[in-house]
Amino acid sequence: MARQGDAMTVTGPRQAVGEMTAAVRLTDVSKVFGRGTSAVRALDRITLDVPSGEFTCLIGASGCGKSTLLSLVAGLEQPTSGEVSVLEGGRGGGRGVALMFQEPALFPWLTAAGNVELALRARGLGRAERRQRTTELLDVVRLGGFGGKRPHELSGGMRQRVALARALAQDADVLLMDEPFGALDAMTRDLLHDELDRVCAGRQLTIIFVTHNVREAVRLGDRVVVLSSRPGRVIDEFAVPIEHPRRIDSARVAELAGRITDRLREEMSHDSR
Amino acid sequence: MTPGNQQASVPAYAERLAWLEAQEAETPADQRGRRLANRAWTALWPKVLAIAIVLGVWQLIHVSGWKKLIFPGPAGTLSDLWGQLQRGLLWRAIAITSERAVIGFALAVVIGAVVGALVSRIAPLRAAFGSLITGLQTMPSIAWFPFAIILFGISTTTILFVIVLGAAPSIANGLIAGVDYTPPLLLRAGKMMGLRRLSLYRYLILPASLPAFVAGLKQGWAFAWRSLVAGELLVIIANQPSLGVLLSTDQDQADMQGATSIIIVILILGIIVDMVFGVADRAIRRRWGLTGTV
Repeated sequence: MARQGDAMTVTGPRQAVGEMTAAVRLTDVSKVFGRGTSAVRALDRITLDVPSGEFTCLIGASGCGKSTLLSLVAGLEQPTSGEVSVLEGGRGGGRGVALMFQEPALFPWLTAAGNVELALRARGLGRAERRQRTTELLDVVRLGGFGGKRPHELSGGMRQRVALARALAQDADVLLMDEPFGALDAMTRDLLHDELDRVCAGRQLTIIFVTHNVREAVRLGDRVVVLSSRPGRVIDEFAVPIEHPRRIDSARVAELAGRITDRLREEMSHDSR
Repeated sequence: MTPGNQQASVPAYAERLAWLEAQEAETPADQRGRRLANRAWTALWPKVLAIAIVLGVWQLIHVSGWKKLIFPGPAGTLSDLWGQLQRGLLWRAIAITSERAVIGFALAVVIGAVVGALVSRIAPLRAAFGSLITGLQTMPSIAWFPFAIILFGISTTTILFVIVLGAAPSIANGLIAGVDYTPPLLLRAGKMMGLRRLSLYRYLILPASLPAFVAGLKQGWAFAWRSLVAGELLVIIANQPSLGVLLSTDQDQADMQGATSIIIVILILGIIVDMVFGVADRAIRRRWGLTGTV
């Protein structure tokens, strides 16, 4: 498929599906920006498998290359060395990778419905199907009555929900989320966590969710991967064996978040030495 | 509505919206008419005030007796204008000049948009022509007339040629600026959606460029109008009594009142078209949520 063309030249020919269980696989991936003395190593030999259907949270201090990692998986940038591969067509008709940003990045000249519909149009869907799917997707994010509103007429949380509907419209197997709720207030964020849980429940989505909020990571993820800063390395990972529905203020979430925070602090004190 | 209690207030918000829409539907026509009149008055009174001030200053100069024999006062000029409006010649001139303006500007829009689209997307073209376009934009278009008259003679083509040269660079530059300032985040979002090349251009870059393009159109119109009036003073075609021809005749006959009347007509026409662009610009800004009042 054309959209993944750039990424595939790096990853080489598609691997045999049988031996590749991970939806996203990073093997020994490094990313260096710039050259010579001014070169900055953003990511250093990252190896990470994200199994199909897993919700993986990446956490780390600022400057750990989290966003760079997502850009590599999205194919917006190429790794300096190593391999990034994304399992395609896992569900048949799957369309690779969708990406959500910290800002909603909605197109201001289109209505909420228009934004969702454009993603469907990019997939080549016909008019009738587009209209029907748009209605469904807006219902999924509980914005049924707001399709005709323009982005500036919606609140921050509603805009981010439109962005989620737009990302879902791509019908991608892999959803990358780059601090999508980072700009929202705590209460709105809490509600959107519930929404995201609900949306994911019915879908075989593989999610890589970048955040610097440890509790958010534990609240949402099946697994939390901790990255170090400058250069970004995988230093630890934590499974999250807490059953759903979870609450961000529950004791178990707090307890695990505490342990992860300790691990992060330890890493940061190494850094400063 | 505060984002904090969003989920709770969404149904309430929807209800309020439905209620507002119902109100809108039930509004009697006369009430809406009154609101419209109110708004028109709010928009108009500063302009009326401005005109009054100009007329006042003009009258003062006239009363002061400066160049008394040749400098007409507002009363004499306006009655001359009124008289001209009763006769067919001025209307015919307005028609001829407007037709040239419309044709010339339309050509400039087409050429400017095509050039802008090509130059903004094709890097070698931009390197070659980018600064040339900006250079053309600053070039006084009246300088083209000797060139155009030698090329096309005393003809409408000459005038249209200079209008296009005057207006197209601004229009092209407006589009180029719009393309350049397409927010990178939106471009990333579009690429992630799978928009590529032509579809990226059509569904993302062009609509994102619209405000800058309209600004370019507005500026292009100003240049077109200046070029046109200059051209009509220089290129006088027989049996085509344009506004420029009337102005030129008034100059020959030292008819100061007549000349001033035509200047007022030219000014008003220019302002009217500029207002049309203003309306378009505001409509876009409102749609995009760029105004502070929404």
